[in-house]
Amino acid sequence: MKIVVCVKQVPNTADVKIDPNTGTMIREGVESIINPDDLGGLEAALRIKDQTEAEVIALSMGPKQADKALRECLAMGADKAILLSDRAFAGADTWVTSLVLSKAISLVHPDLIIAGRQAIDGDTAQVGPQIAEHLDVPSVAYVSKIRTNKDQLVVRREFEDRYQSVRVHMPCLLTVVKEINTPRYMRVNKIFDAFKDGLVEVWDNMTLKINSDQLGLKGSPTKVKKSYTKGVKSAGKVFDVSANEAVQIIIDKLKENYIL
Amino acid sequence: MKNNKGVLIFIEQRDQIIQNVAIELLGEGKKLAQKLTVPLMACVLGKKINPLIEEVNQYGPDEIYFVDDPILESYVNEPYTKALTRVIQEVKPEIVLIGATSLGRDLAPRVSSRLHTGLTADCTSLDIDDKGQLLMTRPAFGGNLMATIVCADHRPQMSTVRPGVMVKAQVSDNHRAIVNCVDVQFNSSDMNVDIIEEIRQSKNKINIEDAHVLISAGRGVGSKKNMKHIETLANHLTGQVSGTRAVVENGWLDKERQVGQTGKTVRPDLYVACGISGAIQHVSGMEDSGLIIAINKNPSAAIFDVADIGIVGDGSKVIPALNKQLGKK
Repeated sequence: MKIVVCVKQVPNTADVKIDPNTGTMIREGVESIINPDDLGGLEAALRIKDQTEAEVIALSMGPKQADKALRECLAMGADKAILLSDRAFAGADTWVTSLVLSKAISLVHPDLIIAGRQAIDGDTAQVGPQIAEHLDVPSVAYVSKIRTNKDQLVVRREFEDRYQSVRVHMPCLLTVVKEINTPRYMRVNKIFDAFKDGLVEVWDNMTLKINSDQLGLKGSPTKVKKSYTKGVKSAGKVFDVSANEAVQIIIDKLKENYIL
Repeated sequence: MKNNKGVLIFIEQRDQIIQNVAIELLGEGKKLAQKLTVPLMACVLGKKINPLIEEVNQYGPDEIYFVDDPILESYVNEPYTKALTRVIQEVKPEIVLIGATSLGRDLAPRVSSRLHTGLTADCTSLDIDDKGQLLMTRPAFGGNLMATIVCADHRPQMSTVRPGVMVKAQVSDNHRAIVNCVDVQFNSSDMNVDIIEEIRQSKNKINIEDAHVLISAGRGVGSKKNMKHIETLANHLTGQVSGTRAVVENGWLDKERQVGQTGKTVRPDLYVACGISGAIQHVSGMEDSGLIIAINKNPSAAIFDVADIGIVGDGSKVIPALNKQLGKK
């Protein structure tokens, strides 16, 4: 079985802070990590490999620096890594991103495609299902368990108030939530190899041959009109008082607002 | 593009129950439709959904389109994608709004890709600009950044909208929408996954997004034992208990009660933050609450920046004292 895992290198958004003076986002010093849901996807693929000798291919679209994330995938046990990197891809929205990834996937011919449910920087959850649409294969999103059985999979699909256990035939695409597993660490003996030169294949649009009208900002149906940080709400009153005084202040305020 | 007209709302139903987010979208959709002076339309998909059409009608859409087929009984991506795509192709709306639930966020991307149009995820604010374009605003980078997105050259303009953010539509008596059945030919290959079982979890589930009063706990509450003071206060004020990610990870509270970027977005009339420092990931999920009261030992806690009333003090003293006072009445 051949499995493609889609991974994205993202800034660790928990470390991102807003400069209180300028109101802009401070990106300096924020570490780049493999998106947590995608790491769950890679681990899920590696577990299938542990049982069935599958070939696991890590695939990412991004700038050249994103090869660090792919090397980490190799060090965890992926067999091959492909980085889709071309200036023409920059500025892509989810429609274009999923088109580029799907073109690369169609050259690899996998049985199974696993993507993380969503990335922590964009939080869209759109790229996975959109890849499946471009490839015209079934997709199941929000997957928290995978069991393989020959050419079919039995997976658990989570909803807010229920779950479904569903059977799906390959080829297909799954998006997984990070709760699906605990990812393994990179293997010490593999880290060294993973950081040798030339291990991550880099494909540009000479390989994918996508019409330039469909790429980048130009091909993207959605565009960012403006972005801004949320201004801090004007501060209310802060009281440093005894517990009993505090109780009276709170009760007065609740009465004033007709809550009591 | 000029042929596209109207605002279409996807009515999410589960087990024949219309989900709150759909009613919120009918409320927001009405505002957008009025600004554009175009009809508000609703799309209902399911099996034996006649009673639902009657219910949707009360919320005042001008037109209702429905697809009624056994294949649509439980949610499976492909049959729903096919049905909604067909309705959009027939109705040609300029705007389509879908709830950003685990169902909507799976359905919308496939539909928008099939139609080759844009989709903006998990919006928290919508508006119309002077050119009649939809402005879709959403948080990104863990709530640190807000981005306003447009879809200028493709139609419809599609957006998933975060539950609990928009104001629900009012029920209006004597309203009569025009109701249309849309014929969709399904074949067996459309059911491309088999549902082996579907298990509903926690039937009497608490939905903190619907609460008018939330008493919310942070790490500063100190222990699981102290959570009982929070619960008592919630009872006195007929509210619900919620909390931060830290409290959920400590096992003091269920995940479904988590407020913030990785939890739920809430906007109750009253939000009492107890022992919550006010990290942006939490604040982004509650800052639009009506009245915010914060109790925290640390006078420089960030939560005081968003609070209307801040109390610098030990919650384990202030809250029991407050409970005692409220208990007297």
